[in-house]
Amino acid sequence: MKTFPIGGIHPSDNKQWSRAKAIEVLDLPDVVTIPLAQHIGAPAAVKVAKGDKVLTGQLIGESSGFMSANIHSPISGTVTAVDMAVNGQGLRQMMVTIKREGDEWVDTIDRTDTLLRECTLGPKEIIAKIKEAGVVGMGGATFPTHVKLSIPDGCKADILIINGVECEPYLTSDYRTMLERGEQMLVGVEILMKAVGVERAVVGVENNKPDAIAHLRELVAKGGYKGIEIMPLKVRYPQGGEKQLIAAVTGRQVPPPPALPIHVGAVVCNASTTVAVYEAVQKNKPLIERVVTITGKQIKDTHNFLTRMGTPVETLIERAGGLPEGDVKVLNGGPMMGRAMVNLASPVTKGCSGVTVISGDEATRGEASACIKCAKCVAACPMGLEPYLISKISRKKLWDAAEQHNVTDCIECGCCSFSCPANIPLLDYIRLGKQTVMGIIRARAAKK
Amino acid sequence: MKVLILTVLTLCVLGGLLAIVLYFVAQKFKVEEDPRIDDVEKMLPGANCGGCGFAGCRAMAEALVKQDDISSLYCPVGGADVMKSAAAYLGKAAPEKAPEVATVRCGGNCDKRPRTNSFDGAKSCAVASSLYVGETACAYGCLGYGDCVEVCQFGAISVNPATGLAEVDPDKCTACGACVKACPKGLIELRKKWPKNRAVYVACRSKDKGAVVMKACKAGCIGCGKCEKVCAFGAITIENNLAFIDSQKCKLCRKCVNECPTGAIKLIGMEPLPKESKTPAAKAPAAETTAAKTPAAESKPKTNE
Amino acid sequence: MANKFFISPSPHVHGDDSTRGIMADVILALVPALVVSTWVLGFNVLLITAVSVVSCVLFEYLIQKYMLRGRTTVGDLSAVVTGVLLAFNLPASIPWWIVVIGAFVAIGIGKMTFGGLGKNPFNPALTGRIFLLIAYPVQMTSFAVVPAHGSVDAFSGATMLTQIKESGMGIMDNVDFMQMLGGVMNGSMGEIGALALILGGIYLLWRKVITWHIPVAVLGTMAVFAAFAGMGHGSLVYELPLFHLLAGGALLGAIFMATDYSTSPMTHRGMLIYGVGIGALTMIIRLWGSYPEGMSFAIFIMNATVPLINKYCRPVRFGVKTKK
Repeated sequence: MKTFPIGGIHPSDNKQWSRAKAIEVLDLPDVVTIPLAQHIGAPAAVKVAKGDKVLTGQLIGESSGFMSANIHSPISGTVTAVDMAVNGQGLRQMMVTIKREGDEWVDTIDRTDTLLRECTLGPKEIIAKIKEAGVVGMGGATFPTHVKLSIPDGCKADILIINGVECEPYLTSDYRTMLERGEQMLVGVEILMKAVGVERAVVGVENNKPDAIAHLRELVAKGGYKGIEIMPLKVRYPQGGEKQLIAAVTGRQVPPPPALPIHVGAVVCNASTTVAVYEAVQKNKPLIERVVTITGKQIKDTHNFLTRMGTPVETLIERAGGLPEGDVKVLNGGPMMGRAMVNLASPVTKGCSGVTVISGDEATRGEASACIKCAKCVAACPMGLEPYLISKISRKKLWDAAEQHNVTDCIECGCCSFSCPANIPLLDYIRLGKQTVMGIIRARAAKK
Repeated sequence: MKVLILTVLTLCVLGGLLAIVLYFVAQKFKVEEDPRIDDVEKMLPGANCGGCGFAGCRAMAEALVKQDDISSLYCPVGGADVMKSAAAYLGKAAPEKAPEVATVRCGGNCDKRPRTNSFDGAKSCAVASSLYVGETACAYGCLGYGDCVEVCQFGAISVNPATGLAEVDPDKCTACGACVKACPKGLIELRKKWPKNRAVYVACRSKDKGAVVMKACKAGCIGCGKCEKVCAFGAITIENNLAFIDSQKCKLCRKCVNECPTGAIKLIGMEPLPKESKTPAAKAPAAETTAAKTPAAESKPKTNE
Repeated sequence: MANKFFISPSPHVHGDDSTRGIMADVILALVPALVVSTWVLGFNVLLITAVSVVSCVLFEYLIQKYMLRGRTTVGDLSAVVTGVLLAFNLPASIPWWIVVIGAFVAIGIGKMTFGGLGKNPFNPALTGRIFLLIAYPVQMTSFAVVPAHGSVDAFSGATMLTQIKESGMGIMDNVDFMQMLGGVMNGSMGEIGALALILGGIYLLWRKVITWHIPVAVLGTMAVFAAFAGMGHGSLVYELPLFHLLAGGALLGAIFMATDYSTSPMTHRGMLIYGVGIGALTMIIRLWGSYPEGMSFAIFIMNATVPLINKYCRPVRFGVKTKK
């Protein structure tokens, strides 16, 4: 069975808490706050003002540059504020607050369940529709999908890879989506294949989800989907990393930055995003809701909720039976790459695949001790870096040395910190080094 | 015995030969350098802190010797005395610069700024600040993990465990500016150094609106502008809901201190002006606490001269 | 709310490994060898090991507490590992006070001088052993012991490697490999009992405390060298490699000493180079040097090259090897 070539770890997957829970539609929130930046790149330009009436699916923020995405209203009602509001990290950012009045949709959106297999649009029109719907990568990176699909001149894609790996522990939203909305996803795959002009698509799924693999294979056979292969992959974190997945599926390694996946002929798209693509193209439905896993070892009632964007995270937690007593760490995302939240009133956004509650002793890190040079971080790094070294030089602010040791290759997967027996927060410093060095590189490029 | 003599002789010959080789090598690779650089370097403090903008004292000495006009060069550690002696030695005009002191502009101590969460990552301000708001609801305040302490070569800055804030010892501070660069929140400023370490400054950098500041911290600047109005020297400006006192213009008149409703304006080393003529200023306790506790309700106190 | 909220950068979960756990695993892996050694050489083995462990831990504690005035970290068990390994490198008949001196050199000079755990360039236990070997050569090389177990014949004073050095290949005819495997031979406390050492090695591999690279490289290189040396001597071409792997500290060194974390390279490629270096140097010393046993010196010399190996043996960066 295939997997990526170097490094990687095996964290306990902890998916048992929520994997059996079917997707459930969460009650509509009474008030939503919609950040205008739910994606990598420039925040959307706001299109509504306080007091405006909006419909569900109506454009409220318009893409404001090459790397940006549209934002739509997830509910119908009145805009009560367009102002700075506190996000999950406690920082203030521009958000639109909407008070709900009923649930009246924009009438061009097809809300029926009928599967629309036929797509007569050309690649350009498909990408335009995806852009219009504000679809971004829903695995957590929130890279605008239309940008990813617009293949730069001189490059050619030959394979589309659908990321159904979901290697993050705990999370099951992609898994449930593949199980329950597999057919929509496969149509989405066909649409994406058309958009990037490839004959072959591979859906990569780790073999800890055998039922999803079997289900998708059955659907492919039954529906006669051509050129789509469901590929089981050996369980190993971070297989869901774009570069790791391409290497696992095709054996090709994306060269170091600034090279992109397209340079090895691959386009990668997350499984949930593919469903969103289907809805955007076939049903005219913008990205206003997503499946969010609410899980944790001490969460009483774990769920996979179909949640409108902008719903406060605390609503989900309440529906799941509330937070356990004592020490907690509430994560937007999974435990390996998710972000810890200080403000639970912050909204669910396009990149929020789950809310993981880490509690008890696990909520705090162990005390760090001296590096024993065990080389476990070197063996675990999927990018072939020397985490112990770049962490140390980043801590000492030796940015030139950090750049020489390829700190910018780091994908922040956390394998190094995870495997460190001395509990050293390796990635904390590496991330700092990466951010600083990227800034230095950008400044240097700007000078030229 | 023969062995002994032979050994001693061999070593002597070997030593002599190598000495000759070394002599020629030294001649060949000799670097001509202005001997004055060495002398000037000796005058400099030798801290190699980089406060002058050069990589170290040697580089600074080189610049002092080589540049005809040294008015733009200044060693903040050595101060005017060192610059004067170096300039006198080199026969150049000494650069003038008033002494400065690093000032941490945050007054949000543990009582004023409640903790909402515990940070469990690497104990570094840079790491915490790039991650999230911090342990309190104020995104601008001192994080207290001591990135500034780490870079200070003079032991002049420390984090006070009682307040959770970085504090500068003005007597040890050389104004090299290392902490200014290290603070990810940009809290530290080099301000004019008054005799007896007197100072008046706005101990807040929050650009948030007043209501937001009040919610996060009881000692924050809410940008009300009262201080700006009362300042007779135009030293105070309000920008982005935040007051700033220009230390070059400020005359330490202290009027603004009494005006501030939240006590964000700190007064160090001096007694505050009497609030009302009835209250004897002499009995007021430590300046800071009085300033902070002055109730905001007593608006428009008479400013009797 | 009764919750205390914690915030940290990702990752938010941690693997099961800890420094203490790893050290405990190493100690556990050394237990079979200790048992065999006690069975063959008598209870003195336990006594020497205890003296060594206690003095190592004590020296570490005292130095950290009173000289460095910092946090004491004896709880991580690394000093215990050093103590056991040091004892394993000594003959069972050694006086206890020499052990204490060895422990002081191992911990005080070999480890704490460089900043403690993880910063020492040379294996502390080896530092102690080599110091003792040079300072007390007589006590360190007299292996005259009364066997504890009745079924074992009394040993002569020399190890097999000394015998082969002195008497030549002729003694190979008398070698009983089964006895060597079981530990019935002369040598330092931890050198004997090949099977027990291999068992410990397998445990460490299974627990992922060590990787196969260093032991395989060391032992493989030694075997190849020995096979060359045995060429033209009939069956010695097979017997000599086996003999050299079982005799002396080859297994103890390859599995437990060379794999010491802080004194071995960080990449697998580096580990292979390091292992080959140790194997080659050991055999050069054994075959042509004046010492019968070369393992400690070989490891010690290769320890010195580790920074260099680390500098030139970088891991392969992802994306550099592009398969089309």
